Amino acid sequence: MHILVCVKQVPYAQNIAIDPVTNTLVREGVESILNPFDGYALEAAARLKDANPAIEIHALSMGPPQAEAALRECLAMAADKGYLATDRAFAGSDTLATSYILSETIRYIEREQGISFALIFCGKQAIDGDTAQVGPQIAELLGMAQVTNGLVCELQDNKLFIWRETDEGKEQVAVELPCLATFTKPGFEPRLATVRRRTAARRAEISVIGAQELQESDFNRMGLKGSPTQVKRTFAPTLKAGGVVVDTAQDPAAVAHLAQLLVERHIISTVK
Amino acid sequence: MDNPSRDLWVFVETNQDGTARKVGLELLNPGRRLADQQGGKLVAVVLAEDTTLAVKAVLPLGADTVMTITGAPYRQFNTEVYTAALCYLLQKYQPQTFLLGATSNGRELAPRISSRLQTGLTADCTQLHLDESGLVAWTRPAFGGNIMAEILCPKHRPQMGTVRPGVFKLPAVTAKRGEVIAESFPFDLPLNKLQVVQVINEVSSLVDLEGAEIIVAGGRGVGSAQGFQVLRTFAETIGAEIGASRGAVDAGWIPHAHQVGQTGKSVSPRLYIACGISGAAQHLAGIGSAEIVLAINQDPNAMIFKIADYGIVGDLFEVLPLLAQELRSRLGSASSETTQYHV
Repeated sequence: MHILVCVKQVPYAQNIAIDPVTNTLVREGVESILNPFDGYALEAAARLKDANPAIEIHALSMGPPQAEAALRECLAMAADKGYLATDRAFAGSDTLATSYILSETIRYIEREQGISFALIFCGKQAIDGDTAQVGPQIAELLGMAQVTNGLVCELQDNKLFIWRETDEGKEQVAVELPCLATFTKPGFEPRLATVRRRTAARRAEISVIGAQELQESDFNRMGLKGSPTQVKRTFAPTLKAGGVVVDTAQDPAAVAHLAQLLVERHIISTVK
Repeated sequence: MDNPSRDLWVFVETNQDGTARKVGLELLNPGRRLADQQGGKLVAVVLAEDTTLAVKAVLPLGADTVMTITGAPYRQFNTEVYTAALCYLLQKYQPQTFLLGATSNGRELAPRISSRLQTGLTADCTQLHLDESGLVAWTRPAFGGNIMAEILCPKHRPQMGTVRPGVFKLPAVTAKRGEVIAESFPFDLPLNKLQVVQVINEVSSLVDLEGAEIIVAGGRGVGSAQGFQVLRTFAETIGAEIGASRGAVDAGWIPHAHQVGQTGKSVSPRLYIACGISGAAQHLAGIGSAEIVLAINQDPNAMIFKIADYGIVGDLFEVLPLLAQELRSRLGSASSETTQYHV
C-alpha cells in the first residue's frame, strides 16, 4: 500500500515581522520549517506503517528549490521517497492553482511509479496561509472522499477509521479507500529522526517534477495566471487602542477601583 | 460562467434536527449590504431533510429568496452530497457571490465547491466590502494574524468566501417576507463513502462561545487544568462562558472546543475577560469583534494590555476572587434583575 503525504515549507510563524513601509512580510532571515500540521500527517502515516511495514510512504512538496529541505526532514522522520514539484510556471499560485498542480503531479507520480495511492494525507492547513483549502481541493480534483481535522487513524477492512476534531468535540468516521485526510494536532508530537535515517535522508535522491514532466497538463490553470484570486494589498492588523490599566502592586485598591468602573459603566450589571 | 446574475447567495447550514446554524443567519447581515451594493437579490440556500425550521428562521432576516432542497440525503452533512447539490444550484442560477460559514463542515464544503467550479475562494474573512470596481474585497488574517490581506476574485464566478461564526452580528428582523423556491437535485447523488462510527461531545450543547455575551478566557498564565476552576467560579458569578488560548489548549488544560483565536473560534462578546493571556496575534485575530476587553496579567508589558479597554496587572488567582467580591458588594445578588448585562 502506498501513502502520499503532502507537505509545505513555511516561515517559522513566531518570528514573523511586517515591514512598516511596504506592509508586506519580511522574509529575509526568517527560518523555514516543515509546516507543523504536515508533521502530524506524516506521523499518522508512520503509525500506519508501524502496524504494517509493507506500507510505503511518499512525501510531496511544491515550492522553490529550497523546499527540498522540508522533504529531507520527512525522509529523516518516516518517508521512503521524496518528490519536489518546482518550476517557475508554478510560482504565484493561489490555493486552486496549487491544488491543480499537486493533483497533476500526483497523477504523474502514479503513472511513473506504476502505483496508486490508497491514502493521501495533508496537514489541515499551512501556518502561513491558514486557508485549509488545498487538501479538499486536491480531493475534489482526484475524485476522492475526504476527511478533515484528523487526529489518529487506523486501517481495518480496507477502510480508514479516523478520529477527527469537530466544532463540538470529536468523532470517529470510517471512510472507504482511496481517500484524502487532513490532520490537525493530536495529543502527541511527530517522531524524531534517528541519526541513521538523518544520514540516509541527506544522501537520498529527491525526484524533481517541473513543467516538462507535466507537459500534458493545462498550464492556464497554474501559477499567477491560473489563480482566480489575487492579493490586492496587505496591511498590518489595526489594533484598538488600549484603555485603563491598574496595577495591584502599586495600588492596593486597584481591583476595587476597576470594579467600580465596570459597575458605573454598566459593563457588568448583575452577579450571582 | 456567462452572464452571471447580480445576486448574492448565503449558505445557511442546518443541524441534523433541521434548525439553522447561527453563522448562516449572521451572514445575511453583510450579505444584505453587499447584495444591495451589487444590485442583486439576497438569496439564502438551505439543504435539509425538512427545511421548515431553517426557512422560518431565515425569512424574517431580510433574504429576498430562500432556495431549498429537501430530502433525507441532506439530513446529515456529507461533503460530496452537499457539493453536488450546491454546485447544481450555483451553475443553474449563477450568482455573483457566495458566502459560507467557516464551520468545520463549511471548511470542508467551500474548497470542494470552488475546486469543482474552478473559482476563487477566500477563507475566514473578517471584513467584506465592494471595491471601486464592484468586486468583493475579501479581507482576512494570514500568518497567524500577523498580517491582513485583501483578496479579489476578478474573473471567476461565483466569488466565494467563508466567514467564521461570531464575526458578524445577526441582522435585524424585518417585516418584509421573501419568497421560497423549492428546488430539487435532478441527478443521482454521489454514493456515501463515509460513516460516522462514534461521536464525543466535549462542549455541552448549552455552551455557545460564538453567541456568548461575556467570556472569561484563560491562557498559559492559568498554569493548570485546576487553575481553570478559578475562572469557572468567576464565570458563574457574572454569567459568562469559558474560553481559552491556544497555549492553554495545547497544554491539555481544557478541550480544543473552548479555543478562541485564529485556529480556534472567533467570538464577539460584549465583554471578553482575558486571564493570563499574553495576547499573541493569533489570539487577537479571534477577539477582534469583542466590544470590551478586560485583561488580567502579571506581566505589565504583555501585548494584551495594548488592546485592552481595562487592564489589571496582578495575579489572576488573587484578582478574580477579589473582583467577584468587589462586584458583589456593589451589585448584590441581583438574580431577579431583568435587564442583564445592559450596556
